[in-house]
Amino acid sequence: MSDSVTELPQRSSRSGSIRGAAPKASPRSDRARADWRKRFEIAILSGPAIVMFLAFVIFPVFMAAYYGFFRWKGFGVPTNFVGFGNYVVIFNDQNFRDALTHNGFILVMSLVMQGPAAVAFALLLNQNIRGRSLIRVLIFVPYVISEVIVGTGWGLMLQYTGALNDLLTNMGLGAFAHDWIADPNVAIWTLMVIISWKYIGFAVILMLAGIQGIPEELYEAAAIDGASYWQIQRWITLPLLGPTLRVWAFLSIIGSLQLFDLVYIIWGQYVASTAGTSTMATYMVREGRLAGNYGFGNAVAVVIFVISLAIALTYQRFVLRRDTAGALTEAPGRKQN
Amino acid sequence: MSQAALTGRTATSRRRSTKSSSGASWGSPTTYLVATVLISVCIAPVLYIIIGGFRSNSQITVNPSGWPDPWVLSNYTSVLASGMFWQQFGNSMISALSTTAAAVALALMASFVIARYNFAGRNAMYALFAAGLMFPMTVAITPLYLLVKNLGLTNNLLGVILPQIAFALPTTVIILVPFLAAIPKELEEAASIDGASRLGFFFRMVLPLSLPGVITTGILVFIGAWNGYLLPLFILNDSANYTLPLGVQAFSSEHSVDTAAVLAFTSLSMIPALVFFSIFERRIVGGLTGAVKG
Repeated sequence: MSDSVTELPQRSSRSGSIRGAAPKASPRSDRARADWRKRFEIAILSGPAIVMFLAFVIFPVFMAAYYGFFRWKGFGVPTNFVGFGNYVVIFNDQNFRDALTHNGFILVMSLVMQGPAAVAFALLLNQNIRGRSLIRVLIFVPYVISEVIVGTGWGLMLQYTGALNDLLTNMGLGAFAHDWIADPNVAIWTLMVIISWKYIGFAVILMLAGIQGIPEELYEAAAIDGASYWQIQRWITLPLLGPTLRVWAFLSIIGSLQLFDLVYIIWGQYVASTAGTSTMATYMVREGRLAGNYGFGNAVAVVIFVISLAIALTYQRFVLRRDTAGALTEAPGRKQN
Repeated sequence: MSQAALTGRTATSRRRSTKSSSGASWGSPTTYLVATVLISVCIAPVLYIIIGGFRSNSQITVNPSGWPDPWVLSNYTSVLASGMFWQQFGNSMISALSTTAAAVALALMASFVIARYNFAGRNAMYALFAAGLMFPMTVAITPLYLLVKNLGLTNNLLGVILPQIAFALPTTVIILVPFLAAIPKELEEAASIDGASRLGFFFRMVLPLSLPGVITTGILVFIGAWNGYLLPLFILNDSANYTLPLGVQAFSSEHSVDTAAVLAFTSLSMIPALVFFSIFERRIVGGLTGAVKG
């Protein structure tokens, strides 16, 4: 086949050969035709995806940067240019700084609470126990149901007169009953529990996939050398799970910075800040869309994006670099034709 | 390495059976105990929603954490009899299914180009989609809303579907590229000797061979679209056009005193995503095995 194998090296010299002697006409025009055909196929196949992606993902992000420089109510063309005025307001707003702090807390605690638990559960579910596939389905249930359902259900359960406090009282633990949602001292921990409950399933899926990707020979060799179960997990599974852990942590960090649905549904747009659970995204929706200040809302979006990007790039530069050369930073697969 | 993606399913099942024998020294009663506790924690809130729907409001008020006594079916039957629920169910189905079909089709074509054509912009094209992972919808939502408004698609399912397709592309492309790259080159050569063009190869060989990846990404896109909240919240403002997540929220604020009905509505709306997921759960783990390793 090789028209495509031989094609690439010749492409670079093609312009030269056209101007050059060109002894035989027909092979060259065949090649030119094949070349055009290939370009046509590339355009037809990748064009729709690229157009959609540019129009609905990249373009809005750039528009956010543009709108963010205006004081604008969302009608007509923005004219009231305020430069970095919106950004000055954002960073001087105690509500935004609180939200940023909450995001930071959520980011760190998500990693601390979910990471070790996810590895432990994945090891557990990788055991050969009865009903394992059922267990796997059940553990992923929280991940599969929507944030709205999670928020509605937990919200009802955690009301002061809800099921959890009732259960605690019935068990004689009434002293532990709290206003789990409105009490600013516990609300953010409530949120952390709900987040962990919701997203641990995804972490476990990734860890399971990672564990199953570890070559079987290593385990056999270790078993022959007389290693115990825990030694095997400590010295083989954990180090080889490193790439998966780091990719999961990356996704978790991005998710924590963008957190919106759960907070917005459980705490509503106004209670979140008094309960101490507001995030940058709920701040954005409340001050931008709901207040009708679209310019300001876009500026908040830009701030969220820049913070996420800075953290993501730092993380990629220092942590992910060795694993994802191939998955996130450059094209994968060395076996191209 | 990326070979793992294509052979993921078979390799996974083989490994499952062998690997556990090396770890069989773990006391199995402990395993079962921990597994039971874990499952209870995961399932209890969901059961609370489902079972709560079988109670009456007075039961819930008197004894918030109790068992249904007697079991009440009227909450579920009245939700199932309401036109609004089915309207919103239909909207969610249209939105999720068309998003899934379009996103997977577009991503499969683009991934095929990235994985199997050699051209100057290939790395750039991959990097473009990979960068999309860093552009979550939260950041773009305000201008996206304005864009959809300018296209005249607010309060229209199409205004939800088009952005959902675009935002599903990065993950889908990144999972599919290793699948397509792992298809042996010999197959393509054989197809070309038999006179198939590259496009013929795509339709006759690539589509069937990449089915595991297509199913994995399809399920992920479907669940994402089915559960989507932020985008419909911005775009749709008439309850007849709501998707179920918005419907659940609207229902729970309209019927805030009718807790039992809210629980019934909520549990009915989570069924399709659960069904889809439990059918294809094994495929998802197998599909991600290839993707995570890149």
